[in-house]
Amino acid sequence: MNSSVITFPGSNCDRDMDVALKKFGFKNKMVWHNDVELPKSDLVVLPGGFSYGDYLRCGSMASKSKIMQSVINFANDGGKVMGICNGFQILVESGLLPGVLLRNKYLEFICKNIFVKVNNTNNSFFKALKKNTLKLHIAHNEGNYFCSKEQFKEINDNNQIALYYSDKNGNVDENCNPNGSIANIAGIFNKEKNVLGMMPHPERMIDPVLSGEDGSIFFENLINNLKK
Amino acid sequence: MIVNEQVAVDHGLKKDEYKKICDLLKRVPNITELGIFSAMWNEHCSYKSSRFHLKNLPTKGKNVIQGPGENAGVIDIGDDDAIVFKIESHNHPSFIEPYQGAATGVGGIMRDVFTMGARPIANLNSIHFGSPQHKKTKNLLRGVVQGIGGYGNCMGVPTIAGQTSFDESYNGNILVNAMTLGHVKKNKIFYSKAAGLGKPVIYVGSKTGRDGIHGASMASAVFDEKIEEKKPTVQVGDPFTEKLLLEACLELMAGDSIIAIQDMGAAGLTSSSIEMASKGNLGIEINLNKVPCREKKMTPYEIMLSESQERMLIVLENGKEDLAKKIFDKWNLDFAVIGKTTKNKKIELYFNEEKVADIPVNTLVENSPMYERKWKKTKLPKKIKIEKEQFKNLKIVNVLNKILSSPNICSKEWIWQQYDQTVMGDTIQKPGGDAGVVRVHGSNKAVAASVDSSAIYCWAHPLSGGKQVVCESWRNLIAVGAKPIAITNCLNFGSPENEENMGEFVECVQGLGEASLYLEFPVVSGNVSFYNQTKNIGIKPTPTIGGVGLIKNYQNMVTMDLKQSNNILLVVGKTEGHLAQSLFARDILNEKNGPPPEINLFNEKNNGEIILKLMDKKFIKSAHDVSLGGIITALSKMCIKGKKGATLKKPNYLINQFEYLFSEDQGRYIIEIEKNNFNNVTEILKKNSIHYDDLGTVNENELIIDEKSKVTIDELIKFHTSWLNRYIGK
Repeated sequence: MNSSVITFPGSNCDRDMDVALKKFGFKNKMVWHNDVELPKSDLVVLPGGFSYGDYLRCGSMASKSKIMQSVINFANDGGKVMGICNGFQILVESGLLPGVLLRNKYLEFICKNIFVKVNNTNNSFFKALKKNTLKLHIAHNEGNYFCSKEQFKEINDNNQIALYYSDKNGNVDENCNPNGSIANIAGIFNKEKNVLGMMPHPERMIDPVLSGEDGSIFFENLINNLKK
Repeated sequence: MIVNEQVAVDHGLKKDEYKKICDLLKRVPNITELGIFSAMWNEHCSYKSSRFHLKNLPTKGKNVIQGPGENAGVIDIGDDDAIVFKIESHNHPSFIEPYQGAATGVGGIMRDVFTMGARPIANLNSIHFGSPQHKKTKNLLRGVVQGIGGYGNCMGVPTIAGQTSFDESYNGNILVNAMTLGHVKKNKIFYSKAAGLGKPVIYVGSKTGRDGIHGASMASAVFDEKIEEKKPTVQVGDPFTEKLLLEACLELMAGDSIIAIQDMGAAGLTSSSIEMASKGNLGIEINLNKVPCREKKMTPYEIMLSESQERMLIVLENGKEDLAKKIFDKWNLDFAVIGKTTKNKKIELYFNEEKVADIPVNTLVENSPMYERKWKKTKLPKKIKIEKEQFKNLKIVNVLNKILSSPNICSKEWIWQQYDQTVMGDTIQKPGGDAGVVRVHGSNKAVAASVDSSAIYCWAHPLSGGKQVVCESWRNLIAVGAKPIAITNCLNFGSPENEENMGEFVECVQGLGEASLYLEFPVVSGNVSFYNQTKNIGIKPTPTIGGVGLIKNYQNMVTMDLKQSNNILLVVGKTEGHLAQSLFARDILNEKNGPPPEINLFNEKNNGEIILKLMDKKFIKSAHDVSLGGIITALSKMCIKGKKGATLKKPNYLINQFEYLFSEDQGRYIIEIEKNNFNNVTEILKKNSIHYDDLGTVNENELIIDEKSKVTIDELIKFHTSWLNRYIGK
């Protein structure tokens, strides 16, 4: 399986994602934001970081990068695109995903382990996942997902909610919402479910000596699904 | 502007220093030259009060590749890998403008590390605030924490450990000490020594603005009621540009174009150009019209003294300009050839085709003033007798509650959560343990790092305090299974012009030197911050030690969380019951007199080395050093982290229970071992003449001190976490 990780100026989880993808069998290529064409890919990943310093709205400058037109075309043709953290923000800004990401409720950066409940497994990202609830890691300042009532109804009706913040048993309630996201949303799909954006970092949970291994479960499952 | 004695005094120079400048130049300097002298001769850049004493510190060792004098120290960790590290203060700016002050402190220290070719892999910080009740404290705390996070998080470098303290002596002068570790291959280390004549001098990074002018001079003076006016001397950070600068520099460093490189930190273009010239024993000529400026009509004086951040000066090989420019263009950074190296050993500046400065380099560096300041010795305080009658009214659990929820002991989770601790995917021990640990990417090795300071002990007796803090750093590294290698120090003191403060400095440095020599734990880099003083009130002497150690196989790392019920807990090292200057004496008994605990370097070394040996044999399941708050505080933290309890035994010798549980005798660790290893472990301890006490056993969920004193782990967690959240209003 071939994957591509886009490096924007200010990306800082690009290497971590490269390490994770390779560990689970992807042939990964790093792609510079100023390139025009994507290499042949089964998966395109927009990594975390602070693209363009996030000095305008997070992800907004990056969403206008040269490479993004190719990413958008790739997604529109049904290609699998995944955005983590800042990558999620870029996907939202580029219009590939609905809604916005606001500053965290307490206006503070949050770095900690959290649990997410997988809401929809009928897609290439989560199909046949061994666990319903994953222990992952978040590290962000703007992860507070928000959308209008109409949009919420739409994404809900279309089963576009990918992940909810939950407790370790998969119970979703306000106590386990780290950033104020509407309905505890931690990740969403586009309508077609070939584009996924999520705040948690699975690439930081790929080794038992790190904070956990649920990221490994995610990536192993992902490459198996893409091979099918 | 006409330069005279008064103008020089306004620049922070002393009258006799001004006279010396005129004598050296054999004329009156112009204003640009005076600015350059004031920047190079201030305390911050010249170490004029401290040099005399710092030269006695042990700086060599078999693992030391580079000691003090470069941008950062470098140690060998085997297999062609080296670790570059340093700690630096950003105290004065952080008090004036906490967010930017702290942010640029973090940015500055990371630049020091990647200037040497190393990719930063971990950040640490030691931050000290005034009394929590002081009106400024809460905002300063918020601002500093957000500033540290704002910069480090954006750079994508994990913050892995640190220290936060509160003490009224920091009411008017907070301390922000930032430390960075970087990883580099031994044959790819870059230095700041210029070499060769006619080599192009290159400016890269951000444009130069009017921010931070006289920042270094500001940090070399005491605060008074006019400090608000000093805001313009605080630099403004741009972590995004620094991230680009990091990547661009490392890309250029992969080749062989660079002869020397130096970041523009304190005193900006002035100190960077002069340091490179001085080390290379040559001159530098700069055309200031070529310097990329952010603002219009900047004068030579402003350009030379600006402390705009995220800038580097590089001496390049001839003919490599285009190749280098391409890289910086790719990263959207300014790149300008601004001058060349010359043989006449002068710093020569041109502006609008006029020579605006012409100073022999040696007058600025070798001839800079050095003072042997007067200082006063601090006598060891008389022993005090703490009446045991006082203990009768105390309930142990209540005392423990008070200590665990005190500002200096309580959980700092609210702070840590604002720092990215896990980016780069190699953090294997996060903040809250004895030391932070990161893997050396792609290898089996890991490095551990810790920052420590003990201002109370240093204040009570600087010589003992100086020793203690080095020992504490050593212990923290041992406790995670790392072999301590070297330290960096950040020496925060009041005014050197005051004999008491200078005495504190001299004796802390002496203590620090003795301990580091004995433990073979040399000082490879550091920084001195004097004038942490408002009017005539100085801070408590606060030398901060950043220690670095190596874990050869990261699978062998040890953590402090209790692992398994029925395992045995031992206290390694003798508990004598020293209470003076302990948290218990000061906060519970309100007794502030007496000497700090004694340091026995032999025991310290012996105990630490044997702990490492026990770890090598995999006997130790968890470990924690015993420091502030004594055995019971240390054990409570192990319980909280592991969500396990412990059942204590009485010590098998005569000692008061409060003295046993709360005393702060040094050189001690609590270790958890399996029952069937008890004989093996105690055999080794006995053979090496190490005292140990059988502290008790691990249980499921309750800390049982005696029949009357029990507390559940949930309650302990509540004690530990409530204060800071309440204070910050969460």
